[in-house]
Amino acid sequence: MSNEELTNDIGAELSSAERVKAPTFTAAGKTPVVVVDDIHLKYRVHASGKAITRANSRVKRNGRLREVHAIQGVSLVAYEGDSIGVIGTNGSGKSTLMKAISGIIPIDSGIIYASSRPSFLGVGAAMIKTLSGEKNIILGGLAMGMSKAEIRAKFDSIVDFAGLRDFIDLPMETYSSGMVERLKFSIAASREHEILIIDEALAVGDQDFRRRSEARMRELASGAGCVFLVSHSMKSILDTCNRAIWLDKGIVKMDGTAEEVCRAYSAAQGAPLDD
Amino acid sequence: MSDLTAIAASASLKKVGTRPKLGVYLRDFFKRRTFAVAFARYNLQAMTARSSLGVAWHVVVPALQIGVYGVIFGVLLSSIRPPHFVPYLMIGIVLFQYVTGSFSEGARSITSNGALVRSLEFPRILLPVSVVISNLMRVLPLLALMMIGVWAFGEAPKLTWLWLIPDFIMMTLFAAGATMVAARLTVHTEDVNQLLPFVVRILFYASGVFWNIDKMIHIHWLNVMFHNNPLHLYMAIARAGMIDGYTATGNDWLVAAAWSVAMLVFGVIFFWRAEEEYGRNV
Repeated sequence: MSNEELTNDIGAELSSAERVKAPTFTAAGKTPVVVVDDIHLKYRVHASGKAITRANSRVKRNGRLREVHAIQGVSLVAYEGDSIGVIGTNGSGKSTLMKAISGIIPIDSGIIYASSRPSFLGVGAAMIKTLSGEKNIILGGLAMGMSKAEIRAKFDSIVDFAGLRDFIDLPMETYSSGMVERLKFSIAASREHEILIIDEALAVGDQDFRRRSEARMRELASGAGCVFLVSHSMKSILDTCNRAIWLDKGIVKMDGTAEEVCRAYSAAQGAPLDD
Repeated sequence: MSDLTAIAASASLKKVGTRPKLGVYLRDFFKRRTFAVAFARYNLQAMTARSSLGVAWHVVVPALQIGVYGVIFGVLLSSIRPPHFVPYLMIGIVLFQYVTGSFSEGARSITSNGALVRSLEFPRILLPVSVVISNLMRVLPLLALMMIGVWAFGEAPKLTWLWLIPDFIMMTLFAAGATMVAARLTVHTEDVNQLLPFVVRILFYASGVFWNIDKMIHIHWLNVMFHNNPLHLYMAIARAGMIDGYTATGNDWLVAAAWSVAMLVFGVIFFWRAEEEYGRNV
């Protein structure tokens, strides 16, 4: 890993105001590909039950309408060649932040800049479960903007990467969740992406597939690209990423090398990393 | 200018999540049109994959409808029945079903594809368009059946049957515009879905699917209103072309075309203006 030239200028204990002002993980001489400038994002949801407690500061109540302040002022800069692990507890805003960066969910304030439209690969994505794997490959490719000829040319390598040759003509509802995720990753990884965001999509794959997909991710990031990987597996992040961001309750708690952030996060979770 | 803005500007990065200009949007839509077609076709197959009659249901259901309305209005309420009743009713039901089916089904095109919308970046207008394409694929065999039916009930094919082609194009443009409007409204409030069946029901009576507006309504302003409603005009033009004794004026053609263009333009702009909003709360 090439962490040496990277310097970390944010500690875990900064106040929210300081975090907004000086959040950049600087890397001299590298080209920025994603800049996130103080973004906020709120979900507006109709409550379907009675509130248990009013202690949670991220949820504002107004009649039956609940406002969840999911992202509360996040700033970061990602450079080309970066592969960034995003960690945090469930509900800390990881997926929301990733969807905001890819432009899928609109933000309420702040600005996000990117060198090109980020591609998002997440759990439960573009798959129609009553259709066969084969038809889903075609639909996924078309939605990503590939031509039919391009999809035909890549079809075999997608199927082989997913390791689903025997099942490709069966409806996807008969697939295990691991098989679904493998197919989705294979579809997304069949194309070059300048900015690729992977949201826990690899968590359910088996050992062998994980190894291959991590290799493919390093390959994608090693070009002019940049990869974001949301994962609960410290091992995946340490193996794939040079940098990590720890999100906590909608703010960046720590931004640094994968090693030090994973170490701090694991310690906070009560399961310190072994040396 | 903040530090981050300066960094972004130095690498000439572009803003994410802003609505593209209409021209760029439409070009992007056109580039990915094959997705809309494939999505429509696969959805049709998936919809009927589990039933034993399969795709045939898309033809059987309207045929049954014609049978039911034929019995009710042709036999039981025979006093209001227009001349050449069976061809009149067949044209009415097939065309009415095509347009209203598109926007009723298309209303959910964004909300029911939440996973797709939230996980992939593509011009969202592809989804309502895909629903219209799916309805178009379903109506083509019905149109053939309708022509055979009209012929079988005594109307010999003639050159004016070709009016059906421009008429069908006008209907499709109108349906596309209406579907886009319905899809965006449903994103703002799900309540639209509860109201749509009433809209369809009112249109069903107000466009003369099984009765002749011009012969039955004698209050002038009401007649003008009913007569110029787009669904009635599309049916009137088809009937004028296919059934003896029915006519459509040049004015009918003009008003029908105006409806189509206006609805499509309004629908596209109305839908596009909320493009960046479709990922939220669906």
